[in-house]
Amino acid sequence: MDWVNAVVQGVLLGGLYALFAAGLSLIFGVMRLVNIAHGDLIVLSAYLALTVTTALGLSPLMALMIVVPGMGLIGYLLQRAILNRTMGEDLLPPLLVTFGLSVIIQNALLMGYTADPQNLQAGDIEIASVEVGSIALGVMPLIVFATAVVVIAALQWMFYHTALGRAFRATSDNQDIAQLMGLNRAHVFGLAMGLSLAVTALAGVFLGIRTSFDPAAGSARLIFGFEAVIIGGLGNLWGTLAGGVILGVAQTLGAKINPGYQILAGHIVFLVILAIRPRGLFPRIDG
Amino acid sequence: MSQMHVTRRTRLSTAVLILLVPILILLIAAPWWAGRADLRLMGEIALYMSLATLWNLLAGYAGLVSVGQQAYVGLGGYLFFALTMLAGIDPYVALPLAALAGAVIAAPVAVLIFRLRGAYFAIGTWVMAEVFRLTFAQVSSLGGGSGTSLSASIVRGMADGRSAREAMAWWLALGVAVLVIGSVVLFLRSRQGVALTAIRDNEVAARSLGIDIWRTKFIVYVVTGGLTTLVGCLIFLQKLRISPDAAFSVNDWTAFVIFIVVIGGIGTIEGPIIGTLVFFALRETMADLGTLYLIALGLVAIVIMLKAPRGLWGFFRDRYNIEIFPLSRRVTGLNKGA
Amino acid sequence: MRDPILTIDGLDAHYGDFQALYGVSLTVEPGEVVAVIGANGAGKTTLLRSICGLLRNTPSAIRWHDKPIGALRADQIAQHGIALVPEGRLLFPSLSVEENLIIGGQSGRTGPWTLERVYTLFPVLKERRNQASTSLSGGQQQMVAIGRALMSNPDLVLMDEISLGLAPVIIRQIYEALPGIVGEGLTAVIVEQDISKALSVSSRVYCLQEGRVSLQGHSNTVSREDISRAYFGV
Repeated sequence: MDWVNAVVQGVLLGGLYALFAAGLSLIFGVMRLVNIAHGDLIVLSAYLALTVTTALGLSPLMALMIVVPGMGLIGYLLQRAILNRTMGEDLLPPLLVTFGLSVIIQNALLMGYTADPQNLQAGDIEIASVEVGSIALGVMPLIVFATAVVVIAALQWMFYHTALGRAFRATSDNQDIAQLMGLNRAHVFGLAMGLSLAVTALAGVFLGIRTSFDPAAGSARLIFGFEAVIIGGLGNLWGTLAGGVILGVAQTLGAKINPGYQILAGHIVFLVILAIRPRGLFPRIDG
Repeated sequence: MSQMHVTRRTRLSTAVLILLVPILILLIAAPWWAGRADLRLMGEIALYMSLATLWNLLAGYAGLVSVGQQAYVGLGGYLFFALTMLAGIDPYVALPLAALAGAVIAAPVAVLIFRLRGAYFAIGTWVMAEVFRLTFAQVSSLGGGSGTSLSASIVRGMADGRSAREAMAWWLALGVAVLVIGSVVLFLRSRQGVALTAIRDNEVAARSLGIDIWRTKFIVYVVTGGLTTLVGCLIFLQKLRISPDAAFSVNDWTAFVIFIVVIGGIGTIEGPIIGTLVFFALRETMADLGTLYLIALGLVAIVIMLKAPRGLWGFFRDRYNIEIFPLSRRVTGLNKGA
Repeated sequence: MRDPILTIDGLDAHYGDFQALYGVSLTVEPGEVVAVIGANGAGKTTLLRSICGLLRNTPSAIRWHDKPIGALRADQIAQHGIALVPEGRLLFPSLSVEENLIIGGQSGRTGPWTLERVYTLFPVLKERRNQASTSLSGGQQQMVAIGRALMSNPDLVLMDEISLGLAPVIIRQIYEALPGIVGEGLTAVIVEQDISKALSVSSRVYCLQEGRVSLQGHSNTVSREDISRAYFGV
């Protein structure tokens, strides 16, 4: 039963990882851009939420209403002011610029908030749980998992049933011809990044509620998000959810064997999948 | 009759190479004219220059952008400590042994992560470094999560007396730097090296010429891994202490190195060398600023990437068409008689 | 003589270090069909790409309704009412046939062309509206590409080698649809390798040779010898 419990907790943890990964997956699908600062932006969202909750006395879940659009705006501006200049055939500029951003964000957070671990206090909901059979399901993890499913479903719907989604798909297919349709490429990319960071904001707030965070926490989050994307397969948001779940389960099972093995177990499962199914489990596009 | 011929040398490159001999002699004699602290600093510079040159070979020439070379730096440190303290091997034998082991380990790593492309490859290298870190943190005989120190007897066994040991550490660092830079120059002048540059410039065209891309990149990755491991041995020999976080630090062994190469000029031999000197000049003058220094570095790297992507050296090279290390072939004698 | 809606004056175009067009000048009057012919590499596609903004240039090199547009972005020029049917069709693989057509109307310009009207022009597309656009035959894809351009209700449509890679019977079909397209005041510039087709649908013709205009004239009076000379630069 203990093992079943570990698997269930792993699945729910996978929801959080899927949220880390969804933003990453989205911008890779639309712009073929991999944002190395992605994990640090998740952590930035958590710190923003911290400031909002302390300054306005709101609960973290209420703070989402400010942080999500706020990060969305930051994403749009970041893309248009800086990242758009790196888009092109060469792979070095976006990689090195986002790496530079990562270092800047981490150290700016360090200066602004110190290295002390922080937490978002959501109150009683953090420890509330629901009994299913002999397994206790935390309400917060359930909410996170449900949010991941809803977000991914919403993104899928947006991609395939709205004009914006069409614009994303067309721009990702062929930037030049998409421009001929009257689509301003700079603006489309900005919207994609804005959307990505809005999802990232959700991930950051949930992260902050679930565990403590500090300025250096971004690297691990980037890696988990990245592993979820690769395991699930590129260009497939539902695949990313599956990838997150597999990663989460690998970690919780690893932790069951030995708490020190948790993260290593995730990495090992990732490497095994990379070895036997290099394109991931449900790939739709090639890297 | 035209007098054209193809040559690699330029007047500047010839001048510098002639100067190189007295410069090297001066550097070898450093233990006699440099103070203790300066000698340590110079050793650090030499080691960072090696790391930068190697990273540049990987990213600027082979197109393999790795943000995980700290895996081999840490590996080098741990292997050196393990070989000398646990296996009782002579330190001077442990060094080449560790380098070899690093190359051997890099091989299966390459097979795995070469399945990823572009930025995903980069993050994959980071994951590998994390795997190394977490693995070594489990090895209790090397101190587990808190690390361990290099035992005094090993250090004493390397040379007699403190100044001799410091001279030794410097000569080792200088030697490795010369080895690394020399190997890279020779490699790039070789057929393999030209193939690499061809791959960097146009992969499809290179393949159509029969160049085996995967194999060339594989060789470069493995050799770089081995040499980076060697540098790692020397870094931790200097520090006398190792821990998983210090050994596999992204900041120290990757962020700084990347900034050095980007600022100096990626894809050139001179770039990493110049970048290292600029980096250390900045560091010595801005040392007290801590995190602000890192933010400034990040900003400078971004600005350079956006405005002058070929770095300081790239800028000068394009502007004035100069080259110190004779790599490109030119046709001379064009103006006379042709 | 009405005022030309499109004037190109001394256009130079470069791809990096390589110069593709040298001082090209031409005019297009409202409602007419102008043909641009020339051998491979003569610069025809470069010319069209320059007009629709995929290649940026000096502002006054290209004038639209007497406004300088040479330096505008492609999406801005689309808003001005210039549409391109690109060489090789270049449909969006991730979009269905219908989605390709709908996105053609993205710029929101109004006019006679709607989805229904495109389906009336090319009925076979209506049957395949939800299929992946790349699963269609070459001729059908060409129809989608043309329909996509029309959906933006342009004032000028540029067609780049619409007969390329198509069977003669399909080419005939498409060219038979052309009057229905160009009829109501739509102006067209047609790039073609097939000289007789080009001359048959156009009122005036320009010939490009190695980036320069080597011949211009009225399609019904220009002689075969003149064309051969201009085409091959002899």
